Amino acid sequence: MSIKYSNEHEWIRVEGDVGTVGISQYAQEQLGDVVFVDVPQAGRTIAKGESVAVVESVKAASDIYAPAGGEVIEGNAALADAPGDINADPMGKGWIFKVKLGNPADLDGLMDQAAYDEFVKSLG
Amino acid sequence: MVQSLDRSQGRAGSIGSGSANSHGTFTGNRALQIEEPLIFEMGQAGRCGVDLPEPPKVKDRLNGVRRKGAIGLPGLSEPQVVQHYTRLSQKNYAIDMGVYPLGSCTMKHNPRINEKVARLPGIGDLHPLQPVSTVQGALELIDSLAHWLKTLTGMPAVAMSPAAGAHGEMCGMMAIAAALEAKGERAQRRTVLAPESAHGTNPATAAALGFVVKPIPANDRGRVDLAALKAALGPDVAAIMLTNPNTCGLFESEIVEISKAVHEAGGYFYCDGANFNAIVGRVRPGDLGVDCMHINLHKTFSTPHGGGGPGAGPVVLSAALAPYAPYPWIVKNGDTWQIAEDGAKVDGLPLGRLKAFHGQMGMFSRALAYIMSHGADGLKQVAEDAVLNANYVMAALKDVMSPAFEGPCMHEALFDDSFLKDTGVSTLDFAKAMIDEGYHPMTMYFPLVVHGAMLIEPTESQAKEDLDQFIGALRSLAERARSGTAAEDFKAAPRFAPRRRLDETLAARKPVLRWRPTNSFKQAAE
Amino acid sequence: MRYLPLTDADRREMLSVIGAKSVEELFRDVPASARLGTKIAGLPDHQGELEVERAFQAFAAKNVSPAAAPFFIGAGAYRHHVPSTVDYMIQRGEFLTSYTPYQPEITQGTLQYLFEFQTQVTMLTGMEVANASMYDGSTGASEAVLMANRVTRRHKALISGGLHPHYRRVIETSARWEGFRAVIGAADVDGLEDLIASIDKETSCVVVQNPSFFGHVRDFGKLAEACHAAGALLIVVVTEVVSLGLLKPPGEMGADIVVCEGQSIGNGLGFGGPYVGLFATREKYMRQMPGRLCGETVDADGKRGFVLTLSTREQHIRREKATSNICTNAGLCALAFTVHLTLLGEAGFTRLAELNHAKASQLADRLAAVPGVTVLNDSFFNEFTVKLPKPAAEVVEALAAKRILGGLPVSRLIPNDPSVANLLLLAATETATEAGMDPLVAALKEVL
Repeated sequence: MSIKYSNEHEWIRVEGDVGTVGISQYAQEQLGDVVFVDVPQAGRTIAKGESVAVVESVKAASDIYAPAGGEVIEGNAALADAPGDINADPMGKGWIFKVKLGNPADLDGLMDQAAYDEFVKSLG
Repeated sequence: MVQSLDRSQGRAGSIGSGSANSHGTFTGNRALQIEEPLIFEMGQAGRCGVDLPEPPKVKDRLNGVRRKGAIGLPGLSEPQVVQHYTRLSQKNYAIDMGVYPLGSCTMKHNPRINEKVARLPGIGDLHPLQPVSTVQGALELIDSLAHWLKTLTGMPAVAMSPAAGAHGEMCGMMAIAAALEAKGERAQRRTVLAPESAHGTNPATAAALGFVVKPIPANDRGRVDLAALKAALGPDVAAIMLTNPNTCGLFESEIVEISKAVHEAGGYFYCDGANFNAIVGRVRPGDLGVDCMHINLHKTFSTPHGGGGPGAGPVVLSAALAPYAPYPWIVKNGDTWQIAEDGAKVDGLPLGRLKAFHGQMGMFSRALAYIMSHGADGLKQVAEDAVLNANYVMAALKDVMSPAFEGPCMHEALFDDSFLKDTGVSTLDFAKAMIDEGYHPMTMYFPLVVHGAMLIEPTESQAKEDLDQFIGALRSLAERARSGTAAEDFKAAPRFAPRRRLDETLAARKPVLRWRPTNSFKQAAE
Repeated sequence: MRYLPLTDADRREMLSVIGAKSVEELFRDVPASARLGTKIAGLPDHQGELEVERAFQAFAAKNVSPAAAPFFIGAGAYRHHVPSTVDYMIQRGEFLTSYTPYQPEITQGTLQYLFEFQTQVTMLTGMEVANASMYDGSTGASEAVLMANRVTRRHKALISGGLHPHYRRVIETSARWEGFRAVIGAADVDGLEDLIASIDKETSCVVVQNPSFFGHVRDFGKLAEACHAAGALLIVVVTEVVSLGLLKPPGEMGADIVVCEGQSIGNGLGFGGPYVGLFATREKYMRQMPGRLCGETVDADGKRGFVLTLSTREQHIRREKATSNICTNAGLCALAFTVHLTLLGEAGFTRLAELNHAKASQLADRLAAVPGVTVLNDSFFNEFTVKLPKPAAEVVEALAAKRILGGLPVSRLIPNDPSVANLLLLAATETATEAGMDPLVAALKEVL
C-alpha cells in the first residue's frame, strides 16, 4: 500500500488494483469549510487528468482531477450528508471515490509523501 | 395552538427565542431595529390587503385544469403589509444613507425626477405590442437615448434590448461570433483573450458561446502586458475582452496599441463598459478602436440598483459589427417611428433576439432623464469629480493602507492587504468593522490579481466632508488593526448591525431556500 | 449642478492633497489622441427638473396610454391594477438604492423579501425550490433550456408551437450561438399539438406554455410522463402568472422546471420592461439552477438571518464553468411582486384570477356574437384567439384610429405565415369594463 500525490493536491492510495482518491490536508485548508462534494458515479470510465469531481466551499469551487485513469467503482456517498468530513479527515473518511486502475503506469510521475511535503513547502 | 407556534418563530419574546433576547428587551427589538417575522408566520385566513368585487358568474372555460388544493399564501391587511416591508427596509444600507464605496458598481446618487418621469402614464403605462402609431413618443424616447449613447461612445450603432451588463456581454460576443461566421472564420477563431483581472462574467460569457478563454497577464503597473498580448495573438483569436478603465481602477495606457494589434491579427475588441463612469464625456471608446461595449445604465447613468436589478445593458457596436445587431431596433421613416422586428426585411444579418419585447424601457427613461439633467457640461464634470474623489481617497489613505499600484487612479482606488500583514486582521474583518462605523464596505477580494483586494469607488456623488469622515474612519480602523492588539475585536465585527456575521457554511451545507410550515414546528420543538 | 456636491474650492483643496496641479493630470494615462477636447456635440448643458419633466411630457403626449382607451392586449404582458402600496414600497430608498446583498449584516431587508419571494414562487408553481428571479420570462425560458441540457447532458430541445413567439426566438438565438438544437413546432393555433411522438433519446427537454400563447389551457401530465420515461425534462412556461390562482400548478402536472413572467403581479406594463422572471425547479436540480439564491441561516448570536448562497454556481466564482453568465436578478421587480402578492394573499389572489377569467369570458361571449368573428378557443383563462374575415393587422389599425387598443394581430409576432394573418389575440383582465367592451364591439361591427 502506498500513497501518492498529484501536483493538484489529490492523493491516491493504491491497494491491489484499486486506488482511493481524495484531497490533501493542504488542499482542504486552502478551500476552507467544504459545503458540497459532487462525487463521480460508479461505472464511469475516467482518464488520468480528467476533471471527475468538484469540491465546493462557500467561496470557492475546486475541480478534482483523476490522478489515474480507470473505472470508478464507488463514490463516497456519505459526503452528501457530511461534506465536512473532507475538512475533518481528508485522508480518511473524506475520501472521494475509488477507481479500478486501468493503467498502473498512470501512477508514475506522482509524488511520494516526502516529495509532496517538499512541494507544499515550496508553495509557502 | 398551531398558529401560535407558527407566529412565534420570527418574533422574539415568545416561545423558543431566548437567545435573541440577550439585550434585555421583552421583544428582542432594539429601538428602531424591529425583529421581523416572515409573512408566512404572520398571516391569518380572513385577512386581505385588497378589496376586489365579486366576480360575475360565467361558464367555466378552464378545460377541467383547475387548482384543487390551497396555494398556502398568507393573508395580511394593508397596514400590516406596510409595516412589514417598512421594517425590512430599515435593515438595509443604501445610497440614500451615505457613502456606498462598492468598487466596480458605481453606487452614485439616484435622482427622483428619473423615477417620476418613468412613471408618467403616457410612458410607464404602455403595452409593448400596442400599434406603433399609438407609441410614437415611446419610440422617439428610445431613439433619443440610443442617439446619446452612440454620441457619448463615438460608435455608429447600438443594440438596446439587453437586460443587464452580462446580457449585453452575451449580445456583444454573439455579434462577434456572427461576424466571424459571416467571414467563414468561426470554426477557426475559437480563442478569447481576457486579462486575469477580468470580471467573472467575461470568461463565463465567452465559454457559454463555445470560446476557449486564454488569460493574459498584467504587467507590474497593473495594465495588460502588451508584449504578452502580442505573443498570444494569432489566427485562432476571435476577440479580446478588456475592461477600460480596468478593474484595478487604471486606464489601459496602451489601449490604442492593443486594439491595433488585435485588429491586425483579425480579432475583435470587446470592451467591458462597467467602468464607463470614469471617462464619460471625456473619452469616446470608439476613438480607442473598440468594436463593442455594453453600458450598464444602472452604473454610469444612475438607474437604481434596486437591491440587485433590474438593470439594462445596451451594447454599442462598431461599423464592423452593426450588421449583426439583434432585433428589435427603432427606425425613422419620414415623420414616423417604426420598430424593426423579427422577420422584417432589413440590411444585415441580425443575430436573433435576446429578450421579449423591446428592452428595459423603464431604465431607458431614467437614463435619458439623467443625461438631460447633466447635459454636456455636467457629464464631463461627472467623470472628473468621480476621478478626483477616488484619487483623494487614495492620497489620504496611502500612508496607512497599501495602494496596489502607483497612482493616479481613475474612478476607483485599489488597495491590497499588505498593510494588514501579521495583524491577524483580514480584508474581510476590516470590511466588517467598516459596517460598525456606518459604512457599506468596499468591494473585497476582487480583482483576483491583487491579494486581499479592497476596491473603493466613492463616485462623484459624495461631498468632500463626507469623504473626509469616511477617510477618518478608515484611517482609524487601519491604525487600530496595525496596533496588533485588535484582531479579536475585528473578528467580532459587526456588532451594531441588524445582524452579526452570518453562518454561510451552514446555509450552503443544508440549503433552506424557502419557508415551509414544518420549519417552525421543528424549531419550536427544539 | 444639483447632483454634484464638490465646489471649486473643494476641488482645489483635494488636488493639493493629491499633489496634482489639475484634474487633467489625473487623466494622464489616457492617450492624448483619445481625449475629447470639446463638449459632446449637440447635447445641451445641464437642465433643471422642470425642463426635463417637460421634455418627457412631450414624449408622453405622443402616446395613447391604455389608461385613456379601451384596452384588450395581452400576449405576454398584462395590464392589471397595482395597489398604491406597491409603488410606495419599491420607492423607499432603502430598497431602491441598495445593491446586491453582498453584505448580509446590512441587507437583511433585501434578503428577507427575496426569501419570501422564493417561497411564494414555489407555492404558486407547485415546485420545491425557486431562485431570486431572472431578467424576465423569455430569458428565464432560455436559461431553463440550458439547465435541462446540463442536467440531461443532451442537446436537443423540443419547443412547442404554443410558446410565445418572442420566447421561441430567444431560445432559438441561444441555440444558434451556444450550440444546441432547438426543434421549433409550427404555430399551435388550436391547442391540440402532440409533442409526445417527437421525444427521443436525444431530447433534453420539452418546452410548453400554459395557457398557451393562443390562450388554450391544458394539463401536461401525460407529456410529463412521456418526458420522464425518455429521460427528458418538462419545462412549463407561464406568461400570465395570475392564471395560477385558478389553474392546476405545473408542479402537480409533473413539470421539472417552471418559468413564469411575473410582470402581472406588482409590475406595470412599462412598454415591455423591466419585468421579472420566476424560476422554480425540483430540489434535486437545485445546484444546476442559474441565478441568485437566498437561503436561511443564523448569525453569530444564533438569530435567524438570510444570505445569498450556493454562489459557487455563479460566474464570479466559477468563471468559465458557471451555470450561467447572469450576475443580477430583477430585485426591485421581485419586491413589487412580493408586496403585491402579500397584499392579495390566498383570498385576494384567487379572487383576482376568478375576476380575470370572468371578464375574459364576458368578452368572448360578446365577440362571438359579432358577425364575422369566430372565437377559436374552447378553453382559456383571460386571453383567447379569434378569427376575422380579413387581416387582423388592418383591423387593429382601424380600431387604433378610433382610439381603441383592440388586441394583438398574431401576424405581428408570427410574420410571413398566411395561416395566422386573420387571427387576433385578445385579453381581458380585472381592469376591463363593460363600458370598454361596448365601443370595441361597436367598432368591430363597423370595420369588419
